[in-house]
Amino acid sequence: MTAVETGSTGEEIAGGDVLAVAREQVLERGEGLTQEQVLAVLQLPTERLGEALALAHEVRMRWCGPEVEVEGIVSLKTGGCPEDCHFCSQSGLFDSPVRAAWLDTDRLVEAAKQTAKTGATEFCIVAAVRGPDAKLMEQVRAGIAAIRAEVDINVACSLGMLTQAQVDELAAMGVHRYNHNLETARSHFPEVVTTHSWEERWETLRMVRAAGMEVCCGGIVGMGETLEQRAEFAVQLAELEPDEVPLNFLIPNPGTPFAHLEVPQGADALMTVAAFRLALPRTVLRFAGGRELTLGDLGAEQGMLGGVNAIIVGNYLTNLGRPAEQDLDMLETLKMPIKALNDTL
Amino acid sequence: MEPAGDAAERPFCAWCGGARAEGDHASCDRRLATVDPPRHCPRCARRMIVQVDPMGWTARCSRHGESTGASGFA
Ligand code: SF4
Repeated sequence: MTAVETGSTGEEIAGGDVLAVAREQVLERGEGLTQEQVLAVLQLPTERLGEALALAHEVRMRWCGPEVEVEGIVSLKTGGCPEDCHFCSQSGLFDSPVRAAWLDTDRLVEAAKQTAKTGATEFCIVAAVRGPDAKLMEQVRAGIAAIRAEVDINVACSLGMLTQAQVDELAAMGVHRYNHNLETARSHFPEVVTTHSWEERWETLRMVRAAGMEVCCGGIVGMGETLEQRAEFAVQLAELEPDEVPLNFLIPNPGTPFAHLEVPQGADALMTVAAFRLALPRTVLRFAGGRELTLGDLGAEQGMLGGVNAIIVGNYLTNLGRPAEQDLDMLETLKMPIKALNDTL
Repeated sequence: MEPAGDAAERPFCAWCGGARAEGDHASCDRRLATVDPPRHCPRCARRMIVQVDPMGWTARCSRHGESTGASGFA
């Protein structure tokens, strides 16, 4: 839903024009926008998109620097998940063409090697589960040990909801960062997932932080949320103070309840990128899935010049990305250095 | 991007599994060329077991075996 479609502009907020306020508050003082202010950015007319992106870029450069964090991800266990996240082709509750598959340790290590070759500093092991069982924890343990023996890269995990004991185990295995997305605003979550709650996800994130792992938490834009809910989500993420926020754009997957939704529009997605950067000035803001359909090549560059400072290179879990070289070439063209491993520790 | 083979031997859409001779598969082809690996065997339309990894994909049909490919728009 673009501002043009809603017919509102929302440029003026208490204190004046929202981008002028953001320049003083976010760029100069490093304080993220409030919910009302984020909404005003999301409601800006498309003619002001360039201005919003330029300011978001300045904020990123000032508070994060020019480096780009590169990550690769791989699905250790694909499909057959008992949860009902309405966007997800890996739910076993939907008539999705995605079938269950497991990756063996050799191929996991190979995927980590391929990722490291791109200059990436993060490699995230992902499983389609509500939460890990003993078998999965064992595979993760073996996988991390095997990667550690051969590849110089930070290992992250995304294994669903955790118990305290599992959090402690993963921290002891040396997991650098844990991903668990809140996916959308708390008020919209029941329209997206019914088999578990937003609060259960929050609880996992709280334990992850307390155990000393970095917190990676983002969501998906374009799941029928209103602009108000998008602003609500940005501010809820800011309250969490995550180390990283991956921003996905909906890929309507066949067989899922969201198969009928439209791919988010590029201008709408880019305004969201700018608004999230202005809400989260110091966070690693990562382009994740869906940018290929929503933004194309040009939009990806605009996003990198509009507040994004991290990318997933190569393929995703069940979807394909553009070839890694294309993204690496883009970073070179934009003169954005890749963050080195010793800067992440 | 579909598994290799002669077009005449690939009567089914690798994205939706429908007969290529019936209906319009332009949007299926767009998805295959950008964000999706093949999910159905183009020879028999069976759903395949697909593993995506950072630089490619492997798809296995229980009847027609394995095929592999690189990222979406290489
Ligand atoms: S918990 Fe994860 S894998 Fe399972 S349906 Fe939800 S998003 Fe998909």
